[in-house]
Order: sequence, then C-alpha cells, then structure tokens
Amino acid sequence: MKKFKLEGNQFLLLITILLFFIMYAIGLIVFRDNNFGRLQVFLNLFVSNAGLIVIAVSMTMVLITGGIDISVGSVVAMTCMLLAWMMEKQGIGAVPAVIIVLLVGIVFGLVQGFLIAYLKIQPFIVTLAGMFFARGMTAIISTEMISIKNELFLSWAQEKIYFPFGGYVNKKGVTINPYIYPSVVLALLVLVIVFIMLKYTKFGRSIYAVGGNEQSALLMGLNVRRTKLKVYIIDGFLAAFGGFLFCLNTCSGFVEQAKGFEMEAIAGAVIGGTLLTGGVGNVIGSLFGVLIKGTIETFITFQGTLSSWWTKITIAALLAFFIILQSLFAKAKEKRK
Amino acid sequence: MKKKLLSVILATAMVATMVGCGSATSEPAAAPAAEEAAPAKEAAPAEEVAEEPAAEEASDDLIVVGYAQVGAESDWRTANTESFKTTFTEENGYQLIFDDAQQKQENQIKAIRSFIQQEVDYIVVAPVVETGWETVLEEAKEAGIPVILSDRMMDVSDDSLYECWVGGNFVKEGSDAAAWLKTYLEGQGKGEEEINIVTLQGTIGASAQVGRTDGFASGMQDNWVMLDKQTGEFTQSKGQEVMESFLKKYPDIDVVVCENDNMAFGAIDAIKAAGKTCGPEGDITIISFDAVAAAFDSMIAGDMNADFECNPLHGPRVAEIIQKLQAGESVEKIQYVDEAYFDTSMDVAAIKETRAY
Repeated sequence: MKKFKLEGNQFLLLITILLFFIMYAIGLIVFRDNNFGRLQVFLNLFVSNAGLIVIAVSMTMVLITGGIDISVGSVVAMTCMLLAWMMEKQGIGAVPAVIIVLLVGIVFGLVQGFLIAYLKIQPFIVTLAGMFFARGMTAIISTEMISIKNELFLSWAQEKIYFPFGGYVNKKGVTINPYIYPSVVLALLVLVIVFIMLKYTKFGRSIYAVGGNEQSALLMGLNVRRTKLKVYIIDGFLAAFGGFLFCLNTCSGFVEQAKGFEMEAIAGAVIGGTLLTGGVGNVIGSLFGVLIKGTIETFITFQGTLSSWWTKITIAALLAFFIILQSLFAKAKEKRK
Repeated sequence: MKKKLLSVILATAMVATMVGCGSATSEPAAAPAAEEAAPAKEAAPAEEVAEEPAAEEASDDLIVVGYAQVGAESDWRTANTESFKTTFTEENGYQLIFDDAQQKQENQIKAIRSFIQQEVDYIVVAPVVETGWETVLEEAKEAGIPVILSDRMMDVSDDSLYECWVGGNFVKEGSDAAAWLKTYLEGQGKGEEEINIVTLQGTIGASAQVGRTDGFASGMQDNWVMLDKQTGEFTQSKGQEVMESFLKKYPDIDVVVCENDNMAFGAIDAIKAAGKTCGPEGDITIISFDAVAAAFDSMIAGDMNADFECNPLHGPRVAEIIQKLQAGESVEKIQYVDEAYFDTSMDVAAIKETRAY
C-alpha cells in the first residue's frame, strides 16, 4: 500500500504498458484467423509510427517543463516539403538536404524557445504562431505535391532490415521475413538517448525541476530560462528529425501533411502518463501511448467494416480515463501532505 | 486500496468496450466453433487441422478485397464508397475490408500494410495524393498482391507497381461538352454566329481541371471565342467571385463552362445578382461537370443547361477487372468508367430519382 502511494507515477506508467499488452492480447484472440499474431503486424506499429514516436518523445520533454509545442505537426510538413523541394527542384543532395532541415528545426526551436523562456510568452501562443508560420511556409515553398525521386533518399526509405526469424509463407507462396526500415532504428535511438538524458543527466533532472516548480528550481540555483531554451532547441531539432522520419515513410512533400500530428503526440504522451501541468512524465510511457494508438488503428483495419473514426473515439475514451486516473493520484498526493 | 480497485475496474471496463468494438460484426459463428473443436482433440497437430479448414473456408470461396478510401469528404466520395460496398458483398463472392483514411496519406499507407498482413487477394486504393507510394507498393508487390487504383492516379516511377487504374475520362468529358454545345447551338440556329465563352477552371494542376480544359479546347469551333479562363478552385464562393469579375469585364458572354458543379452554382448566383439570366430560357448557357444531385435541382429550376457526369460508381468496373485477373487474363492499364451527360431536354426530375448521388 505504501509503495503504491509513493510511486504513483510509475503506477500510471505500468497501467499504460499493461493496457497495451492486454489490448494486443485481445487482438491476438479476436483476429487470430487474420494473421494478427505475425511479428510483422507488431513491427508495422513502429514502421508506420516512427516519426510520431520521435515527436511524442520530444513533446514529452516539453510537457515535463510545463510547456507545450503545438507547432510540431506543421514543422513536420515543412520539413517534408523542404526536403522534397531541395532534392527535386534545387538538385541538392540527400545528405546536405537532411542537414539543412535539421538546422532549420534548430533555428525554429531557438526562436520559439527564446520567446518562451526569455520574453515569458505563453508556450501555447508562441507555438500556435509557429504552427501557422510553418504551415504557411510549406505552402509558400510549393502548393503542389512534390514526389521525392532522389535515389539515395529512396534507398534509405526502402532499405529493409530483415529479421532472421519469424518468417512466413503467404498464400501466394512467397516467403517473407519480418522487416523494419532504418527509420525505426533511428526513432528508437532517439527514444533511448532522450530517456538516458532525462533520467541520468543533470540537465535531465533540471528539466523535471523546472516543470515541477519553477520557483523552487530558481531557488535551487538552476538557470530556469536557459534550461527551457535548451529544451525548445532540442524540441525543434527533434521535430525536424521526426519530420525526416515521417518523410521516409511518405516520400513526398505536401501542404496538408501531418495535420493534427501535434495532438496525436500530446495524446500519446498523456496516455503514457505525462502531466500537462509539468514535472511528471516518461518517454517510455509516450512510446506505449503511440503504440496503443497504433494498435487501435490496426484493430480497425483488421475488423474491416468499422468506421476508422472509432480510433478517435477510443483515443478520447482512453484520454479521459488517464486524465481521471491522474487527477485521482494528484488528490491522493495532496491528502498525504 | 479502494482506488486501486476502482482503477482496475475502470481499466477492465475500457478493455471490454474495446473488445466490443473489435468483434462486433466480425465472426459471430466461426469463433466459438473453432474453440470447441480445439479442446476436443488434444494432440497439437489435430488442433491445427481443426482450425485450418475454418480459416480456409472463409477465405477460399470469397475473394478478399481491401479498399483504402480517401475519406467521406463529398457526396461523390460517399457514392463511390457505397458502390464498392454494394458490389463487393458476400453474395457476390467477395469480402470487403474497407478503410476510411480521413484524407490522410499516412493512414492509407498503414491500411495497405495491414491489408498485406491480412493477405487480402486484391488491394484497391483511391490515393489521397499522387506522390509517395513507392515504398508501400513495393511491399505489396513483394507479397504478390495486385494493386488497383481508383479515381486518382499515383505518381510512381515504375508503373508495374500497380495493376491498373480505374476512373473518369476527364478529357472525354471536356470534348463531349464541346460537342454538346455545338449541337445545342446549331439547334438554336446559332451555328454560325460568334459565340463568346468563358471558363471557370478547377484547381490548376488537378487532373479534372487539366483533362476538362484540354478536352473542351479540342472541341472548340472556329466561330467560338474563348474570352477568358480563370480558376475558381472548385469552390462555390471562388466561382462566384471569378464570375462577377468576368461579368464586369465582358459585357457579352454567351456560354460559361464550369469545371465542376460547385463553381457553376456560384456562377449562377453571380449572373442573377448582375441582373442577367441563364439556363435554357436565359441569355447565358451554363455547362457544368460532375452531375451531383444539387445540379439536377439546378437543371430542374432552369438555371443550368447541361451537366457532364463524373461517375463515382467504380465498384462494378473494379469487380470486372478482378474477375479477369482471377481468370489469369491481363488487363488494360487505364480503365475508364462509363459516363453520361444530362441536359434540360431530358426529364431530369425523373433521372434524379434513379441516381445514387
């Protein structure tokens, strides 16, 4: 009893992870005749959501500081468009193009971070402006869709990394081993790095301190403003990096891309146990938040007749569930004081 | 402890709802049968034998088709979806797995990946956008699943990635419209007169815009003058705006070609607001495309002269193609659906009753 009270946040994380496995187990039972049990179905959760995983990880970090970044969806679209435009219309190579978009992301984060940390403007408003700006810039670069045909870029996008086990023969007689794309490896790498940074570095701990209570963080001698600025710079970089991974999946630039992406990232983080009030959050939870969303989507496509909008309704129910749970924990905490 | 209990209950309830969603309509009879069969025979191989036929039965007779639809953004789209749902029924020997992508390409890519894992026999895609399909189509190709495109084309470097494309012939719609206008003017005794035409174009670059503009241009007569062409971006408000400026600029417009119905509605409003008349009884002839239900109302009201259909009923044609592929025949890369036109000389009110959209 005592342990559970002390580690409320871990308990939330545990529920998220448990929920994911329960849902997956249900899928295995309900869709056992439709090959739901294949390793590839599980891997596709990562393949299709590599970009979102990075964005959700980055969002978690921002939410821990008590901030928010709703510009990420537009930054993803701008990144895809910039990549497509530079490679296809300007003849810039794939490597310099990727470096340029990552730099653009850093500058974007720097500006937003400066406004938030040093001019003390509400993060919501700053990133709302950022959201409009990036979406607008995407359209300025090109209102037409641009298809990426750069061979090096496509080879990154299409290079399958096969697993040596878990293969299957489909009914056409083709043997297929489970595979992932490099984007999955990169996304998981980001996850691990941010996880270590948050948990084991001084900077990581100061992020939690700033989000938990800004006043006491100041009194503790932490440079609150610089911490926030750094967080938004990393966030801008990761938004562009997530955009790059997203682009590896879609291989095109298009104004309407990744609309509502920021909200999916926030939903993933909240389901994963991150508090919007700051100070609490874990990137592992956010990963599972994204995977839960992916699992619901897989359910809907496997079921085949349900409207795909049920994904949104289920996410809404899950969000409500986790928010209520969080507030129950917060109340329990207050009582103890 | 109470709270812990409460949360566990909540979690269970949530999961239970999800199961409800997942299995609502899928396999009411097959599942329990398989469960009963398994424990009856204890040996592992027997279990497999017992389950295999149940799975085979479902998939052997029925051709499984996965359809990744754009969304439900318009009446046209809904009619298109309905066409697939009514064609690919179990009575006709199909099982349709339908996915609404909510206008997002990433959702369509996910749906296609899921179709591949479910080992559907055919994948049909109405792509949200033309670009960025290579990776996922390669996956389908590797799995040996034929892909059929509906409505919109895909911009892929290797066209062996899809089996064929099914859709409307926009160029033919345009040239049909010009041919209709020629006959119509001759019928009115204006075959030799100078005719001033303006065009409200669709979103520049959209295949409907390009095809209809080119098609109409190919049917232009010597005594016809194309005064101006401007985009109304397929919307009613923009169509009205552009038509207003046309009316100010050109005092003598005889014919307005609108590349979709919404722009035609806008143009009609603009013409009426300017104190002019349109339709078969009026000064200005209105030609439009798409033939949605509201356009029939407009023809019944005598505002619009003729409308050239963009047929959303792709289901039967796709079924035809699938049957050919099943028989091992090869199919044409480009497959047009049959399209008709309607004008006020017909009994449009009666036709409207028979239409699905």
